[in-house]
Amino acid sequence: MPGGQVSAAPQLAAALALAAAWIVLGVAGLAALQRFVLVARVLFPAGAAVAIALVVVALPAVWGTPQTAVLPIGLPGLPFHFRLDALSALFLMVIGGAAAGVSLFSAGYFRRAEGTPPGLLCFQYHVFLAAMALVVLADDAYAFMVMWETMALASFFLVTANHRSAEIRRAGYLYLLIAHLGAIAILLCFGVLQANTGDYSFANMRLQNLPPFWASIAFVLALVGFGAKAGLVPLHVWLPEAHPAAPSPVSALMSGVMLKTAVYGFLRVAYDLLPAQIWWWGVLVLAIGLVTALFGVVFAAVQSDMKRLLAWSSVENIGLIFAGIGLALLFAAYGMDAVAALALTAALYHVASHAFFKSLLFIATGAVLHATSERSLGRLGGLMRVMPWVGWATLLGVLASAGLPPLGGFVSEWLLLQSFLFTPHLPNSFLNMLVPAVAALIALVAALAGYVMVKFYGVVFLGQHREEKLAGAHDAGPWERTGMLWLMAGCVALGLLPAQGLDVLAPVTTMLVHASLTTLAGGNWLLVPVSIERASYAPLFFLAGVAASFALAFFLVRRLYHGRVRRAPAWDCGHPWQNARMQDTAEGFGQPVRQIFEPLFRMQRELPTAFDARPRYAVEVGDHFWHWLYLPAARAVEATARFVGRLQQGRIAIYLLYSFATVIALLVWVTR
Amino acid sequence: MSGLALQFINLLAALLLLLAFAMLAQRRILSLIHLYTMQGVVLVAATAAMGYVSHQPHLYVSAGLTLALKVFLIPWLLHRVIDRLNVRWDIETLINIPTTLIVGIVLVIFAFNLAQPISELSASVARGTLGIALACVLLSLMMMITRSKAVPQVIGFLALENGLFFAATAATYGMPMVVELGIALDVLVGILILGVFLFQIRQQFDSLDIRHLEKLKDE
Repeated sequence: MPGGQVSAAPQLAAALALAAAWIVLGVAGLAALQRFVLVARVLFPAGAAVAIALVVVALPAVWGTPQTAVLPIGLPGLPFHFRLDALSALFLMVIGGAAAGVSLFSAGYFRRAEGTPPGLLCFQYHVFLAAMALVVLADDAYAFMVMWETMALASFFLVTANHRSAEIRRAGYLYLLIAHLGAIAILLCFGVLQANTGDYSFANMRLQNLPPFWASIAFVLALVGFGAKAGLVPLHVWLPEAHPAAPSPVSALMSGVMLKTAVYGFLRVAYDLLPAQIWWWGVLVLAIGLVTALFGVVFAAVQSDMKRLLAWSSVENIGLIFAGIGLALLFAAYGMDAVAALALTAALYHVASHAFFKSLLFIATGAVLHATSERSLGRLGGLMRVMPWVGWATLLGVLASAGLPPLGGFVSEWLLLQSFLFTPHLPNSFLNMLVPAVAALIALVAALAGYVMVKFYGVVFLGQHREEKLAGAHDAGPWERTGMLWLMAGCVALGLLPAQGLDVLAPVTTMLVHASLTTLAGGNWLLVPVSIERASYAPLFFLAGVAASFALAFFLVRRLYHGRVRRAPAWDCGHPWQNARMQDTAEGFGQPVRQIFEPLFRMQRELPTAFDARPRYAVEVGDHFWHWLYLPAARAVEATARFVGRLQQGRIAIYLLYSFATVIALLVWVTR
Repeated sequence: MSGLALQFINLLAALLLLLAFAMLAQRRILSLIHLYTMQGVVLVAATAAMGYVSHQPHLYVSAGLTLALKVFLIPWLLHRVIDRLNVRWDIETLINIPTTLIVGIVLVIFAFNLAQPISELSASVARGTLGIALACVLLSLMMMITRSKAVPQVIGFLALENGLFFAATAATYGMPMVVELGIALDVLVGILILGVFLFQIRQQFDSLDIRHLEKLKDE
């Protein structure tokens, strides 16, 4: 349903007003620095209402014509340009949708007297949200960079909310460092894109017809810059450090939403601002995406810290998203627009579903963390019985994350695999031969993601309590439940209504690759990406089938076997007693992956000998990139700094001599 | 008449250079301040003469400003500082004075060579004195380098500014009034801040020897 021509910009104005409302809420929090009840029970829920309003405002804008606005804020003579088109609207909806759930959860999550004052936290949180919304609305490089850096700084302060701990400060520093490396690359990318015209508005960049060489440079800079924020290998190292350090709702926002702004920026540059795509860009992005996905999922499998595991899982999902984008670039470069639209749709669908299920999982870990003050998988277990709400919510998130039907994760991964099946049509025989291996890799990643989620859920929620204190854990409060319910609803809706979801994505892919998936073939309830002969998926029928067979089995068991069950001691494998220590541990569960993918890890094992009175087993899994890339880089920087530091003698006379020599040298040089 | 005035300006320029050498050779702080004051007087005379020759009335204003600032206010402030700090005695230099003077002569030759092509571009009547102004700047910088006490360094900084001022007057009939006022204010604020620093250094180390500041370096 193509929207009517709107000359004014009602949705854009509303979206900007909502972003401003977030900032106002933040400032209100700053004014009520220590008034906990006001901040938690009024400001955070109000923030959630703003987020929902943002979704409502952005939804019609997907179909509408692009709206622009120029606001005279910022430096004089350098106003902010804003633009709301289909791509921005989609990401606004993702931001609003996930942020609503997280804000509701936060209303019940933050506790009194925990490090940062609640009002300050509220300020940083809402500025972070507003900055993310404005990043996707920005229409010139200046506004974009200002919002991008505001987002980075706000999230940095949120990560270091608990700054008394040295480990958290270190994580925050690493995050800030990589964020700035990325920002430099993005800035340079915009510099290349404006092609010496001096006009940094995106409208001008679209008009520039860059030669392939410079376009490629801009593209690689964008990949580095946005890849650093998204967490592409090898710039992923900040994710597993910063996510565990941040408070859980913040991790949820960073992982679920902030990473998506990087995806947005990359799409904006690669498809919108650059004039045409070149095929090797697609290969590059596809390769990096796949490596990231595999790397992320394998490392997630061996983690024994809940949030670290989820952070690595985010790395994996970002890898999948970028693999889809890369594939779409490849198809678009060869002019296969319809298939490019399929791959891009898969990537965008995964953006939305990952935003919901990863936010859900992160806030669920937050609830577990508050109830038990434990993050280590080795000390949790059996929480399903004491925390049923959190348990069921996590189960849903875990199923979506593992890519099981009928939830959102399945739709996107299925679409991605479908688009891989089209690669034999590429006019490049070498790529054709390579692609089956790539599709197999995607399947492997999906399977390992399932493995990771089984581990996560099984160790935390099933079995017996590994510690005594877990029996007294309390379930989530009403605010927290509401937040989780909202995100659960999002996961389910994305899973059950994919045809409607694709309807929303159609204008976006039309804008980017000039084609969209025709969903008409299957009607409202059947998802048919290409043609009905090829493949189709009807989630509601699927769900009905699952429910029917479950009901039938339940009925038959009750009917045929009820009353015939004989209760007797279970066969105990020769162990007359069992305790919680005998359950499979997180380390034990991850051991096969550790063995199979050993070359990927840098492992340090501490094994007990036969004579240890107190045997202790420890394994530390490190990342090769630290030792191959980051530590050498850090050493090189330090060596350079030491070398330059020799100039610093501490004697004023020497410093003056430097100036004197410089003046003389310059004078000689100028008058030569 | 104009030829005579031009000769007068050249004489003043030579005096300025002579005073710069005298400052380089001077060991006593009190004499340094006197030399600085004399430099100020010469500068005032030069600026006024320049104004007379070139019929630029704003140069008279600039001369008056210089008179107030560099002949009265700053010397008075410097006297107060050395009274309060009680540092009238001789100055140790890092390099002995004859060597300094020889290096100074080399600098003057360098500055004259440097200024020759530039002064040909200038339309000013007094363009020949540009080399002298540049030499004054370099000599003052040299003085700052070779002194180990804080007060002579401040005086070196002020003399450097004198050289710059003379260069501006000689080459281009002075800077625009706004710039000149700004620089005058900068110098005034600069000397106040440096004064505060001097007291702080003294309080911290019981000495004005800036070699103590080497301890501040990060190891």
